Formats: sequence, structure tokens, C-alpha cells
Amino acid sequence: MSMIKNGLAAIAAGTISVAMALPAAAEPTKFDFWFGLSGDLARVVDTMCKNFNESQKDYEVVCTSQGNYDATLQNTIAAFRAGKQPAIVQVYDVGTATMMLSGAYKPADKLMEENGYKIDYADYFPGIARYYATSKGEMLSFPFNSSTALMYWNKDAFAKIGKTEAPKTWEDVGADLQAMKDAGYECPMAINISANESWQLMEQFSAIHNQPIATKNNGYDGLDARLEVNKTKFVQYVTDLKKWYDAGLIKIKSKDLGQDMVQAFASGTCQVIMTSVGDHGTVGKTQKEGMNWDVAELPAYAGTERKNSLVGGASLWVLSGKSDAEYKGAAAFLNFIHDPKTALFWSTNTGYIPVTKSGFDYMKGQGFYDKAPYKGRETAIASLTASEPTEITRGIRLGNFTQIRAEFGTQMQAIFANKVSVQEGLDTLVKNGDAILDRFQQTYPGKTLP
Amino acid sequence: MEKRVTFSRSTIGILFAVPQLILIFTFFYWPAGQAVYWSLTLQQPWGGGNIWVGLDNFRSILANADYWNSISASLVFAGISTGLAMFIALVLAALTDRQLAGSRFYRVVLIWPYGIAAPAVALAFRFILAPEAGFMAVVNQVWPGFWDPGLDGTDAMASIIIAFSWKYVGYNFIFFLAAFQAIPRSLIEAGAMDGSGVIRRFWDIQFPLITPTIFFLLVINITESFQDSFGIVNIMTSGGPANATNLMVYKIYSDGFQGLDYSGAAAQSIILMLLIIVLTIFQFRFIERRVHYR
Repeated sequence: MSMIKNGLAAIAAGTISVAMALPAAAEPTKFDFWFGLSGDLARVVDTMCKNFNESQKDYEVVCTSQGNYDATLQNTIAAFRAGKQPAIVQVYDVGTATMMLSGAYKPADKLMEENGYKIDYADYFPGIARYYATSKGEMLSFPFNSSTALMYWNKDAFAKIGKTEAPKTWEDVGADLQAMKDAGYECPMAINISANESWQLMEQFSAIHNQPIATKNNGYDGLDARLEVNKTKFVQYVTDLKKWYDAGLIKIKSKDLGQDMVQAFASGTCQVIMTSVGDHGTVGKTQKEGMNWDVAELPAYAGTERKNSLVGGASLWVLSGKSDAEYKGAAAFLNFIHDPKTALFWSTNTGYIPVTKSGFDYMKGQGFYDKAPYKGRETAIASLTASEPTEITRGIRLGNFTQIRAEFGTQMQAIFANKVSVQEGLDTLVKNGDAILDRFQQTYPGKTLP
Repeated sequence: MEKRVTFSRSTIGILFAVPQLILIFTFFYWPAGQAVYWSLTLQQPWGGGNIWVGLDNFRSILANADYWNSISASLVFAGISTGLAMFIALVLAALTDRQLAGSRFYRVVLIWPYGIAAPAVALAFRFILAPEAGFMAVVNQVWPGFWDPGLDGTDAMASIIIAFSWKYVGYNFIFFLAAFQAIPRSLIEAGAMDGSGVIRRFWDIQFPLITPTIFFLLVINITESFQDSFGIVNIMTSGGPANATNLMVYKIYSDGFQGLDYSGAAAQSIILMLLIIVLTIFQFRFIERRVHYR
């Protein structure tokens, strides 16, 4: 009995000494990272965080999904006002102007420099970098998950109308959709007209055609920018989409109606869709057995001198008010994400594109784009780098852009429901959007974008 | 000798009321006061600079056509869904009150819907009323374009009214049934002996006796239809199409949380609060006169 007791005491003593020794072996610095991805994508982020934590002993990142981009920003603002903000937060593309004026961040380039990391910012694809940089080119946040819109086309359906290539111009799209309709296809093309689709219908279209969305170079040159999508080529585009919708060449597909665009395409119901390259993996995983499909760059009107499409997705912001130790960890984490190997892991598992040239080259070198499920994703890079970004294709810098997108959805619905004409709808979009911009400007009197 | 600890009446009253007062102050008056303050300023979302603008927020909201559209959508929604939820519940309660076989089973089944959270109700109805799946797909096949809540504002409004009423039928039913059960059997039996039929007895005996319940439910239902409709709108229509279902409470959410326009949203909540207060006063002043309390 006493032997057992002694043995237990020895074990207990041993345990205690081990437990006491642990803190001495450098407790890692913990810091928070909040992000807006969920489901499958959130699991990939979690794995990435785990990989980072296992790669070194000094820091431990605690990654928490906030559900979606909107909620992430809302929760971060609430936390910031209460002084409990995370060190790093993922903010979607259109939140950039709001973030820039928040005064609540630590510039990413400064953070990296202070902590001894040399990042070659020229390595980022220019279309991606400029979205998140100041007008002087300083990187305030780190591009993270990036994408752009592509046209997904069903090769079998196009074969039926004697085509082996995706249409390159919108004129061709009209003719091809009609031919498919004549060949008996119920839904030649699917679109959605919700607020979020502003991204590919209004923003991508405008960039590719080098058409402004707002004055002052899409807002880069001042908070007094105002919308002008009611007098650009965009009017023609909406007119054509509406015409094709009325002729039954386009169907509206959304989750609310039972089946979203991606499902409609993957199931073979609809033959053409335009959506993010981020959906490439989903289509591949859920497609109808034996269906042949491919992706192509979004079409442009005949005679257009094609420009780069816009980046979508989100970037990572480092918030102000954290300790130096946490900033050290945040810098190490951003450096880890910047690594081409992490880019390969990230892109393989999500469909998002690598954000740096070195990441892209590394993936090409690994033969990534030659493999079956990933083939075609390089089209997104081609689209993003189709040209050197112009003053208006480098991005959009408008305050409260979420509300403007909501207004876009509202007016598109009014147009497609025949409540207003195309011109009336877009005029209202501009009028209401300007009021939103006006309000943003009033909220930040005397301030200018960095 | 009598042992008695004596407090003055008001001390005891205050002592018992304190916890409640603290709660009400923390969770109602303080935030409400904050909302009033915010509605008179322009709030920068991240904090920092707040600008005093007086009544500008109210002016710009009331000058906005979308806001008036949101008010009228809310009134339409409140009127129809309250009417529907109360009428159906009243009929069901009147029927289950009678000595039907299995009425206990019906009671339980009819009470259930209220126990289901609004988002769950909304998800279920989103599926049930989807134009390309289920029953409505069949209707649409027979009659193409009949049901299109994605583009047709009236259809969208109908969907949220159906979902909301379905939930509140259960709630109203509980109260109506209790009211019916509280009516002394002898009264109805006396009516029956005098030779009056079921409908006559309902109107002349039961209905007047349950008017307090009807009035109570009317106030609650109207108030709830302004406030509790959020979950259903958020999941089923997100305020669309083209703002057709952008009820006041949803607009507050989307402007405030998605649009980060805290001041505009604060001003809208104040207007919504005033509107509900006015509606309630109106109901007490004009409708309550017709109520017979026993």
C-alpha cells in the first residue's frame, strides 16, 4: 500500500515538475485572426492556421470564423469600440475605403518592415496590389483570397450548335444563346441579379471595358466621387441582358428560387454562367456525370480594347492597439501566408488564385494547372493581368459600397420585373448611390483617402 | 408579544423593484437614450469622430422615397398578417373548443408552430414556396409564371405573410382557446335551450365574452408584425425584390449593420418606436371602447 502511495507521489511530483517546466520553455504569444469564410473554406483556413502553429514555437494564431464578410466587419467594429479587437481581420474588397478612413489599422507594409520581413510588393499582381494600396502605392493590407469572374460554358451544348469555343464578344453571346434556344435548350444562360452580383455584372464588366463606375477615377481621387453607370457602356449591357431575358435566352437563378447559378450549370440545366473562379472546384465536384465544360474570360463588346478584370475576395488588415509581441506574431503569420507553398496549398483546396507572381510561377512549376480538376484556373490570372491596370481598372474606392451594391440589386430587380425601363432604373441607382456617397463624405468631413 | 419586522410600505416596494429597474434601465432606457443621441449625430463606424447634425438624419430619411415605401410595406404586412393570423386562429379555436373527438390532439398540433423559431419557419417556407421546387413548381408548370417571388413583389410579400401568419396562428390559438374554455358552459347551454344555433351562439354569447382576448392579441400581433418579422424577411426575401418586402425593421438592420450607417438606422428605430407607440395608443383609445371586460 505504501509502495503504491509512494509511486503515486513520485508520479505526481514528476507531473508537477513537468508542468512547472513548461512555462519556462517559452509560452507562445497568442493572437487572434478573424475571418469571414465559412463551411468548406473555413476548414481550409483552420488547417492553414494549424500548419502555421506547427511550423514554429514562438506564436500561436487563434483563427475564428465570423460566418461571412458582413458579420466579420460588424463584429470587428463592435470589438474595436470595446477595445477587444483581433490582431488580424479579413475584410472584403469593397470594405477597403471604409477601412482606409477608419484610422483603426496598422499599415501592413510598415508592420512587416518593423519586424524585419522584406516583402517584394512588386511581386503581387498589379491588379490585386493596387486594389489594396494607397494612391502612393503603400500596401495597407495583405491580399489574401483573390478571385475574378469567368464565363463557364458547357462544351456539349456549344457542340450542338457547331461551336468549339466560348464566345468572345457579347454580340456572339447573343447569337449563340439564340442558337441554343433554337436547338431546344430551356436555359441557355443563367444570371442572378442580387446585390452581390454587382461584382461581376457591373464591376467586372466596367473594368474589362475600361468604363468608370464613378467619377474621380472610381473614387481613388476623392470622397466627392459620384456614380456614373447610367451613361457608360454598362447601359448597353443591361439593355442586352434584359432583351435576352425577355426572349427566354437568359433565366434568373438564385438560391431563393430553389437553385443557384452554379447548381444550374453543374446539373446541366443551364449552359452558360458567369461566376467567380472560386466556384471552379464546386462545379468540378458537383457536375453532372460526363458533362464537358470549360471556363473562358468574360466576353467584351466587339471593338473593345480589353483591360484587366477586377480582383474580388478579401485582404488581411492588421488592427491598431495591439502589443508589440502580438504584432511580431501577426507579421510572422502574414509572412507565412505570403510563402508560395502556402499559396499552392490554399489554391489547391479552394479555387482562389495565387496573389503573387512567384506563387503563380511556383504552382505552374509544380504542374498544378496541367492537372484535370484545376485546368482552366489559369484563365483567371490571364483575365486579371490582361493589361496593366488603368486609372479605373485598378479598383473601386467608394465608401459604403455595400449599400451601393444593395441599391444595384434593387434596381436590377425593378428593371427585370418591368417596373422601370433600363435607363430609369440605372438613373435611380445613380441618384440613390450618390446619396449614399454623400452621406459617407459627410461622416468623414475634411478627410481624404490615403 | 408579536414579533414583527416592519418596513415602511414604500421601502419594501422599492427594494423589490430595484433588480427589475436595473434590468429595464440597462437593457431598455440606456440603449434607447443612446439611440436618440446617435440619431442626432453622424457616427463614424469605428468611433473617433461623431458630428452633431441635429434633426438632419430624420430629414434625410423622411425625404427618401425608399423609406416611405418601407413604411407602406410594413403597414400592408402588419394589416394582412395580423388579420389572417387572428381569423384563422379564432376559427380553429372555436372548432376545437367544441366536443370534437380528438380535440386534445388538435390542440397540441395547433400550438406547435409558435414554438418554432422564426428563422426555422422562414427556411421551411422558403423551401415550400420555392417556384422551382415542390408544390409551386407544379402550379407554375400548369400556369407558367404564376408564382415568381424572386421578381414579383406581390408574390414575395405573400410569402412572408404566409410564413409569419402560420407562426402566429399557433400563438393566437392558445389564447383564444383559453378564452373559450373560460366561458361558463351554462351560458352556452342556456342559449342552446332557447333554440339558438351554433353561429348565433358564437356571435351573441361567445364573441362578446372573448373581446378582451381579441383586443390583447390585436395589440400584440400588430406590434410583433413590426418587430418580429425580421427573421422571416432576412431569410426569405432579404427585403427584395426591388424593396417590395423591405419592412422597416429590416431596413434598420440593413442600413445599420450592413451599410454601417449607425445614425440613419438609429433615427429609423426611433421613428419605428414612435409609430408603434402611436398605434398602441390608437388601439387603446378607439378599439378598447368596444371591449367588454367581465
